[in-house]
Amino acid sequence: MRQTSNFRFRRVSSAALLGLAVIVLMGASDEDARFSSLGHKLMCVCSCNQVLLECNHVGCNYSDRMRGELAAGMQRGDSDSLILQAFVQRYGPTVLIAPTTTGFNRIAWIMPYLVLVLGLTAVVFIVRAWKMRPAALPSGAAPVSGPELEHFREQARKDTDL
Amino acid sequence: MAQIGSFALLLALALSAYSCLAGMLALAFPRAGSERLSETARRAGIATFALIFLAALVLVISAFSDDFSIAYIFHHSNRDLPAPYKFAVLWSGQEGSLLFWSLLLGTYGLVLRLRHKTDTRLFAYASVIIAAVQVFFLLLLNFAANPFGIMQGSLPADGNGLNPLLQYPEMVIHPPMLYLGYVGFTVPFAFALGALIMKYPGEKWIHITRRWTMVTWGFLTCGILLGAHWAYSVLGWGGYWGWDPVENASFLPWLTGTAFLHSVMMQEKRGMLKVWNMWLIFTTFLLSILGTFLTRSGVVSSVHAFAESSIGSWFIAFLAIILAVCIVAFILNHSHLKSEHRLESLVSRESSFLFNNLLFVVACFAVLWGTLFPVLSEWVQGHKITVGPPFFNNVMIPIALLLLVLTAVGPLLAWRRTSIESLKRNFLWPTIGALALGIFLMITPESWGSPFGLRPWKEISYLYSLMAIMLSALVAFTVISEFVRGGRVISRHTGDNLFSSMVHLAHRNTRRYGGYIVHFGVIVIIIGFAGSAFNKDKEQEMGFGDKMTIGPYTLVCQSYTQEDKPNYGSEWAIMNVFKDGRPVTTLYPERRFFKASQQPSTMPSIHSTPLGDLYLVYEGQNNDTGKPIIKGHWNPLVMWIWVGAWIMIVGTILALIPNAVPVRVAAPARVQTAPVGAGD
Repeated sequence: MRQTSNFRFRRVSSAALLGLAVIVLMGASDEDARFSSLGHKLMCVCSCNQVLLECNHVGCNYSDRMRGELAAGMQRGDSDSLILQAFVQRYGPTVLIAPTTTGFNRIAWIMPYLVLVLGLTAVVFIVRAWKMRPAALPSGAAPVSGPELEHFREQARKDTDL
Repeated sequence: MAQIGSFALLLALALSAYSCLAGMLALAFPRAGSERLSETARRAGIATFALIFLAALVLVISAFSDDFSIAYIFHHSNRDLPAPYKFAVLWSGQEGSLLFWSLLLGTYGLVLRLRHKTDTRLFAYASVIIAAVQVFFLLLLNFAANPFGIMQGSLPADGNGLNPLLQYPEMVIHPPMLYLGYVGFTVPFAFALGALIMKYPGEKWIHITRRWTMVTWGFLTCGILLGAHWAYSVLGWGGYWGWDPVENASFLPWLTGTAFLHSVMMQEKRGMLKVWNMWLIFTTFLLSILGTFLTRSGVVSSVHAFAESSIGSWFIAFLAIILAVCIVAFILNHSHLKSEHRLESLVSRESSFLFNNLLFVVACFAVLWGTLFPVLSEWVQGHKITVGPPFFNNVMIPIALLLLVLTAVGPLLAWRRTSIESLKRNFLWPTIGALALGIFLMITPESWGSPFGLRPWKEISYLYSLMAIMLSALVAFTVISEFVRGGRVISRHTGDNLFSSMVHLAHRNTRRYGGYIVHFGVIVIIIGFAGSAFNKDKEQEMGFGDKMTIGPYTLVCQSYTQEDKPNYGSEWAIMNVFKDGRPVTTLYPERRFFKASQQPSTMPSIHSTPLGDLYLVYEGQNNDTGKPIIKGHWNPLVMWIWVGAWIMIVGTILALIPNAVPVRVAAPARVQTAPVGAGD
């Protein structure tokens, strides 16, 4: 039974990976899409703080040149990573629009998710702990009236938002 | 004029220092006469406002009278600048915007000091804290960033002019709104710190603070959305939010402020999260100051930032002092914040608020982390890196989707305990509706145009988009069902029609139903954001009669021309827009060249519909052919963002209106009549 489920899992994983590869390869065959994808991974360095393909800085001296370099790299048949590396060498690491997933930069990506997971764990723990706390014992079964009744009414109003 | 302004600022500093010290003495050593001392402190605070107002007035008059002997006016104005922008000169530069910060703080302080009879002692504490913050800004204005500095040498004939990007009608209201939000968080902070120091008995302070926070939050929301609209309408890159450090700086206090507006209900209704709420207010104020610091110090690079200056160290010192004061006050008085935390059920409103607060705080951390990571990278690796939109989108979209789930679920959970039957009853139809909408969007043909024909398996952004739309629908259905259910109950009792019963319902508990309307606005905005997954753009040289097809539209260039105005010269194209062969509108994308500042600027032309925006940018001219280069964007659903913004504003205003007088319901025999509608 366990072997069967493992086999199924492998089949499903393989199919998913194959599907993913097909999608990726389909994308790679489309040069316009590749240009757009790479162009959206680079910043224009004219200090406009915009994505290379979205820089509309009038009279920008950089974006046209950088777009040309990107197109030239693609025409040479360079891989995506080689093209991006060439840009980093020429314009410095700030040309990449997002941190890489290597070395120290990996921390940039990990930290928010780590904080989210730790926070969720903490909240689950807190909720469980508060749930386990014993309720205050009722003072007695005698009917209440006057200010005590009004207190309970007020509490009921708060709890029901009415 | 400059001397009057300088003198007013100096006197304002002296008076606010007096207001702070005298108020502090009166509170620290209560004895005979301390009440009179406290009153003088209050009046000194009011006089401070008058003097700062005078200084701001002098600066505005100087702008209108083209007094270029004042360096600030020379750098930020010119003779041909239209009148509304001369008014905006007040906040368009570093020094003026600090004066504006101080003026708004003075205005908030004035309102607070005039309303001191609400709770004399608590307001006295708050007044001292506001005066202390005011002292900092007046020190800056007097000694580090004086807006009344005099030009050296011969008097210039004309000024440098206002930054072209700021010469847009929205810039006359966007900064004031944003600043009202930033500065306004000083008031809840002052109340919270005051209440902590004086060990305020009971929860009344939290009621007072909550209203101020809601007002401030409303202004900040308006400011952020106006900024997004300004970026969309002026910057010409076809987007409205670029995760720029300055945009992020305004978003940070908004996130923690929103968390507080939710968690404060736990304290009001259950007496829980007192410490958490206190620190949320402290953090929100600290983030407001941090945002002001980031915008002005040059620590992070941004197109929106003011010029790099030396005032960064002042802000770091101020942040350190505030943090130290908060920590010391908390250590000395934390026993006052003790409360019993107990949950009766995991499925309750309380649990949902805890998760909601966690997500807001994690979102705040993620934005802060991404904004400051370039600085951290420089320290550790020796070089800066860019943390741009892909990082923030990757991190924030999942958090936003989780928040949407809570927005749908949370309001329908009861305080203390919710039964499974109640959950089923409340969620069955909204869930079916949301799923049906999702399936409908997936099976419709792509030719219908986005968001129809949504194929989530094609791209991750489509998947996010589909999830956002489905969850937004879930929220919308739950909000509508809440209104309808409550309205029906009232309708049964009063015999009114359903709509007027729903209006009555909202009036009876404005905070709750105003909150629902705010949630509704948020999901309308989220649907607008979801449309960005289908954005398209195209750039083309457009001569007479040339055509370009983008989205559902075909553009035909009718003409292109030039114009000369006193403030700027411009080039623009006349583009006829057709849809399915029928004329729709004519657009005029324009490029301006401002004479005084010698800077160019684009003026996009936009045709907006609920399905999407056609957004045209005049990129420039081909020097060889003389023809204009037009960039066209097809941005689906953008209008929803601005509509959602208005809905949020309406919801916030409704939440601020006091509840209607409680309705007395006829009670059965032997049971006393009970007021209904008192809660909020």
